Amino acid sequence: MSTLKEFRMDIKPNWCPGCGDFSVLAAIQKSVVSLNIEPEDMALISGIGCSGRISGYVNVYSMHTMHGRALAVAQGVKLANPDLNVICAGGDGDGFGIGLNHFAHAARRNVDITYIVMDNQIYGLTKGQMSPTSPHGMETKSSPGGNPEQPVNPLQMALASGSSFIAQAFSGDVKQLMSLIEQGIKHKGFSFINVFSPCVTFNKILTYEFFKKNLVILEEKKGYDPSNRGMAFNIVEETSSMFTGVLYKNERKTLTESLPKGSGTNMLRQGYFSLNESMKDKLIKRFI
Amino acid sequence: MEELTIVIGGEQGEGIESVGEILTKVLSQMGFSLYGFRNFSSRIKGGHSDFNLRICTGKEIYVNAEKVNILVAFDKASIDLYLDQMDNSSIILFDSKSVKSDSFPLPKDGVIVIEAPFQELASELGSPIMKNMVALGMICALNNQSGSVFHQVIKNRFIKKGTKTAELNIEAFEKGYAFIQEKNLYSIPLGPVMNSKNMFLSGNEAMVIGAIAAGCRFMAGYPITPASEVLENLIQMMPEFGGVVVQAEDELSSIAMAIGASFAGTRSMTATSGPGISLMQEAIGLSGAIEVPLVIIDTQRGGPSSGLATKMEQSDLTAMLGGTHGEIPRIIISPSTVQEALYDMGTAFNLAEKYQCPVFIAADLVLATSKQSAEILDPLKFEMDRGKRVTDEELAEQGKVVFDRFAFTKDHISPRTIPGQKNGTHHATGIEHGETGHPTEDYKNREKMMIKRMNKIETATLGEDIKTEGNGEDLLIIGFGSTYGAIKEASEGFNMKGIKTGLAQIRLLHPFPADQLESLINKARQVIVVENNFTGQLANVIKQHISDHSKIQKLSKFDGRPFKPSDISNFCKELV
Ligand SMILES: Cc1ncc(C[n+]2csc(CCOP(=O)(O)OP(=O)(O)O)c2C)c(N)n1
Ligand code: SF4
Ligand SMILES: [Mg+2]
Repeated sequence: MSTLKEFRMDIKPNWCPGCGDFSVLAAIQKSVVSLNIEPEDMALISGIGCSGRISGYVNVYSMHTMHGRALAVAQGVKLANPDLNVICAGGDGDGFGIGLNHFAHAARRNVDITYIVMDNQIYGLTKGQMSPTSPHGMETKSSPGGNPEQPVNPLQMALASGSSFIAQAFSGDVKQLMSLIEQGIKHKGFSFINVFSPCVTFNKILTYEFFKKNLVILEEKKGYDPSNRGMAFNIVEETSSMFTGVLYKNERKTLTESLPKGSGTNMLRQGYFSLNESMKDKLIKRFI
Repeated sequence: MEELTIVIGGEQGEGIESVGEILTKVLSQMGFSLYGFRNFSSRIKGGHSDFNLRICTGKEIYVNAEKVNILVAFDKASIDLYLDQMDNSSIILFDSKSVKSDSFPLPKDGVIVIEAPFQELASELGSPIMKNMVALGMICALNNQSGSVFHQVIKNRFIKKGTKTAELNIEAFEKGYAFIQEKNLYSIPLGPVMNSKNMFLSGNEAMVIGAIAAGCRFMAGYPITPASEVLENLIQMMPEFGGVVVQAEDELSSIAMAIGASFAGTRSMTATSGPGISLMQEAIGLSGAIEVPLVIIDTQRGGPSSGLATKMEQSDLTAMLGGTHGEIPRIIISPSTVQEALYDMGTAFNLAEKYQCPVFIAADLVLATSKQSAEILDPLKFEMDRGKRVTDEELAEQGKVVFDRFAFTKDHISPRTIPGQKNGTHHATGIEHGETGHPTEDYKNREKMMIKRMNKIETATLGEDIKTEGNGEDLLIIGFGSTYGAIKEASEGFNMKGIKTGLAQIRLLHPFPADQLESLINKARQVIVVENNFTGQLANVIKQHISDHSKIQKLSKFDGRPFKPSDISNFCKELV
């Protein structure tokens, strides 16, 4: 049985007081305890940003990688050791700006990992520039006259890319956040959880109050069926993405299950090995 | 004859590859030493392409010959390209259906020109595309090979397309064979072989065998000439060995995946060429900073930018040595033969895990794509060294909650744990960190960490860091990678003339074996550094490490073609 204490680090996060990322940190720690995962069986891989620092605050095998590349690293970890619970985490700039390419490909590849994005619709660490999810017209340090661009829609992006589990959460509701993370971890395949995680310092528009006022809970929508992809696309439009809950869920084969037979059965993680004669034959015969 | 060179040239898609494959399979099994280079353009169909095969009865060969004995020309470009490498004992076979006999300059006196109806003979069997097998038959007849030994190999090659097709191809071969015999044409018989059993494979293939034998079980890559074959071969072979290979969405992802897999404890690698290396720079820095083992094959090709994708160059040395921002430890190994390419993979994975840093295999286009005979390579020879790994028992004893993954130690190498090991959890970050792996900007720690990372590789060695041959009293020729073959033959030529010439092929480019090279240079009267790039990247590295630059001369070639022995001997003639 693992305990919450085991997952805690003796390090004070360098986030601003009130930053939404605190809730995400707490929710990850609580979820893995409630799923009875041991610290050594978990890998937490993060990108670069305020949010990216999260991997240093959980006592597991963790890596703080590169801006935009965390998903690629996380897939490598999982493919090399399918027994690990792999969580990948980062910001909206990290995942939907510089790393958007990897997001779409990880979703379609369906490696069994959980991807949590702390979406504050701003670049926090670099002190307040617009992000790919900043709304049109939003004033930031790099859009003083208002954001001239349309934001990306990460949920529809995930749907279009073939993500097999998609949910949205809010740092202001840790209980629901925890439940969604748990479902994401349990889901076999690529699970994506977009978390509205307010930046109290640089985003004065998309605040806790804003989300509290505008978010609806998807489970409370009558007749909503998260296995229906068409419905999922529509509800994102209908609510202008202002909802929390499981948007879509449909299990399909993971990459590991789809690879040729034998793949991933002997990754030689531990210790030494040597070839035997028949393996040697397999290697060199066709060149003789 | 002790050696013979055959060139088969034509438009891409004319079946040149099958001729080469069948011919080399049979000759290799008979024990001849072979060296085959496929010269091709970036176009898939159309565009000239040729296969240049050198066949030797005795000595090992590592470069194409400069004289062509038999040229099979499916297109005019083949004649234009090779005419001046032929003399009065050479033979050109051409088909007037595709090459007009008055379209090329009359050959220098004595070149034997045979009008060979490849296409007509093939068409008699119902399919002009079999003209390549007709040509193969002619080649075999010309050098007195017994035709029947080829039948089985032709059959194997075409059986996938049905028994009928296989049989027709054999018939096409026989028609070509009979054409030469009936005409009672000239022959260039090859002498008897020393009966050794050989492998015949490319550097790319050797690196794949080497990787699997070295215990590599994860590879991610993105297609790029001339490194794609590594990805393709590994994808095909790896499942049988239990590993995973992924074609990633780009090189940023391939190297990041490989870092992830290595962090998880699996021996991992990626393989790429010029543009891919450029994209990988940031991740190379990460692997250096978080001390994760990683093997990167860089098959160098013509740069910069898209450069000359299918041509030879050795111009990434500076990128491998100094690439990524900031300073990290790295090891760079340069194989110069197919045999070394295979065994170097074992060394690369051992060094990567021992020193916990990125290890480059500095391959080049000629090494990667040309095929060489090699004695039967034995992957069983590998011994695995997984470096400082902490056992579960040791961890249980320590009972620590946070593992000091980056502990300062005497040899600067910190013991490593991998996910799954209890009490081994730790954080790895590209931010400067302390012994536990957590960020710190403390200047004293920074200094210690830099010294630890940068100095830990000082002891890295391949055993033979410089490959030397001959006594270089008069002349020392230095190079790296596949230029070995041309340098070797140039140097042997000088030695035969009584000029004491030695070669020094640098096998470990970083950490640089400066002392050993300096003593070789000190003993030589003249020194030239031979390399396929404009700026003389290797020469510049040597000058960084060696105080007396007065003797060092650069011989650079950057036109996309590999060095010929005569390029080197002509340059040196004036010095000695
Ligand atoms: C290649 C690269 N470019 C730029 C940066 C600078 N940088 C660090 S974090 C960041 C954006 C952070 O925004 P986001 O991903 O939304 O994370 P947040 O700080 O908001 O949590 C940028 C541009 C970097 N670290 N690496
Ligand atoms: S700047 Fe914003 S995102 Fe960064 S820690 Fe502060 S509140 Fe959080
Ligand atoms: Mg952000």
